Amino acid sequence: MTDLSGLRSGAPVPDTTPHSGPVTSSEAPPPNAGGRQNRGDSADSLHLTGNRLPRWAPWVIAAGAIILGLLVQVTGITVVGLAPGFVAAFAFLLVQTATSWTVEGRRHATDRLATTLIYTTFVLALVPLLWILITVIAKGLSVFSPEFFTSTMRNVNPRAEGGGIAHAFLGTLEQVGIAALIAVPIGVLAAVYLVEFGKGRFAYWISFFVDVMTGIPSIVAGLFIYTALILTGVLEQSGLAAGLALAILMLPVIVRATEEMLRIVPNELREGALALGVPKWKVILRIVIPTAISGIITGVMLAVARVAGETAPLLLVTFLAQDMNPNPATGSQASLPTFVWDQISRGTPASIDRAWGGALALILFVLVMYAGARIIAKIYSPKAR
Amino acid sequence: MATTSHEPTTTRADPEGISGAAVRRGDRTFLGLSTGAGLLVLVVMAAIAVFLVWKAIPSIQADSANFFTEGQWLPDSDPPAFGIAVLLFGTLWTSIIALIIAVPIGYGIALFIAFYAQRRLASTLAFIVDLLAAVPSIIFGLWGLYNFMPYVVPFSQWLSEYLGFIPIFANSQELWTKSILMAGLVLAIMILPTVSAISREVFVQVPRMHVEAALALGATRWEMIRMAVFPFSRPGMISAAMLGLGRALGETIAVALILSAAFEINWAITEPGGNSFAANIALKWGEAGEVGRSALIASGLVLFFITLVVNMSARWVIARRKDFSGAN
Repeated sequence: MTDLSGLRSGAPVPDTTPHSGPVTSSEAPPPNAGGRQNRGDSADSLHLTGNRLPRWAPWVIAAGAIILGLLVQVTGITVVGLAPGFVAAFAFLLVQTATSWTVEGRRHATDRLATTLIYTTFVLALVPLLWILITVIAKGLSVFSPEFFTSTMRNVNPRAEGGGIAHAFLGTLEQVGIAALIAVPIGVLAAVYLVEFGKGRFAYWISFFVDVMTGIPSIVAGLFIYTALILTGVLEQSGLAAGLALAILMLPVIVRATEEMLRIVPNELREGALALGVPKWKVILRIVIPTAISGIITGVMLAVARVAGETAPLLLVTFLAQDMNPNPATGSQASLPTFVWDQISRGTPASIDRAWGGALALILFVLVMYAGARIIAKIYSPKAR
Repeated sequence: MATTSHEPTTTRADPEGISGAAVRRGDRTFLGLSTGAGLLVLVVMAAIAVFLVWKAIPSIQADSANFFTEGQWLPDSDPPAFGIAVLLFGTLWTSIIALIIAVPIGYGIALFIAFYAQRRLASTLAFIVDLLAAVPSIIFGLWGLYNFMPYVVPFSQWLSEYLGFIPIFANSQELWTKSILMAGLVLAIMILPTVSAISREVFVQVPRMHVEAALALGATRWEMIRMAVFPFSRPGMISAAMLGLGRALGETIAVALILSAAFEINWAITEPGGNSFAANIALKWGEAGEVGRSALIASGLVLFFITLVVNMSARWVIARRKDFSGAN
């Protein structure tokens, strides 16, 4: 797309340089002018392009809009109660569209408006991301201390400072670990089925329901584990139950990621091995999966990052623990998300601070997983030769 | 894809490997294992429905009010009286607001990355937007409650002052925090990466020839998008919006923190009103008795079926183009 955008961005050829006479077939127009040749409304056949705003025009309009915004800010005159930034933004949109409409015509005015709005949407997405990251880092760092990582909330008064996330961090590691231990083998095998064996309606329905399963609300996974395993007396409310709930959320993500990776393993590898007499199961275990392993690991890490932040199911299947509990099978066990939830609901200044600290720890855990996934994908991805 | 030669030694056929029985046993075991794993997906989906229905029945039988039209939620009183009317309203209303905000912005981001940003930067920009999906929902709730709300309140006041003649913007309670709009805005931010990632996947698959033909005929970039990109990617765009809706419907913790648990149907979006299925379950779970939990399970069942329908229709719409998936 970018190679063609030259047609547009290079288009404002000054009108003062008309080409001498109509273009003949032997005389190709300069590439910059060609794109606008069909604008018929300029009636004057000497002009190969319609009127265009000079390159500096949007900048001048933007500067004017900013000055207007500053004026609103300084004088305190409000336009229908809008904040100065909004006044400036609307003024820019309005003036640019109006100018462009009069000079360039309706089509280019629309194009400029659309371009501006599309750039704005991207900025709009960055604002909350940066805002959240900066807030969490700033507020979280203020409570980070060696003690915060090594102590638990045992015997810590909600109003008092101190205490830590050691118990919650251990809980998250164990619960996510259990989830991965269950979901990864099943997910990879299911993907192997879909890619290597699956044909017909059965495979179609599995594939369809894997997609649908990615959309299950996380709280429903918690309700399912509660009704199926806790109410029936198989498990007590514990870290293990939490791990199982997370495994349900992880499974479809791992199936999809693995499936995508297995599908791009070249068929020649499979056929070559099969032609040499290697049984199919060995082809899969020794050829197909090793080739795709980096992608599979990346998918697993992304899935881990995704479920590590889940709070809702954990609230249903394990109690909020304040103390270290290394055994996931019995007794309640804390985790980072439920720690944050617990501290928010206590509502004292000290506990809110701890909540921010827990949030930073959680986000660091997730980001490390994301970065790790990127690095593994980069290092182990099959090299092009 | 590059050709790699991992484990070249395995191509040396081992003697017992080619002998029929061993091959067949190994293959059969492997086929069985992987088929079982695939089957497990179907079993889990069925089991979710079965167990939720089973445990929801006692409360629905005990309910003295109509489960679908009753507005209050008193499952542990005697006789139990509860219904999902308010929850259904709150869930749908917040999600629709989120959708109205997030869908145009999500498409815009996808268009920006696919057609406006520099090619070399595109994958990095996409990764940055995807990072938004990596932020845990409890952090959205925490940030929404303490950092975002102070900015939404003046915005709500502005809406009600200048657009208050439209009933949904009016505010007669003078309560501004924890409003429907607040929940809708935070949900919009949370589903933005879903909408933009899926529509981006569709946009980059628009045949280059269509794009270049449109530009060569003198279309402006926006005309190219309208005439070449949108017609091709319409099913994908619809499906992206529906998958975003699916996420918004099931969002729990952020909504539980930023939406006041007012048990009434209130269309005014700048006021508190309504509640969502998922948030209600999370908030009421701890204090609920036996019937209460069963009632919450019943409401979870309704949520499960709604998201199931939304997700299945989204998949069905996109099924024509097989390569897209929501798992990312």
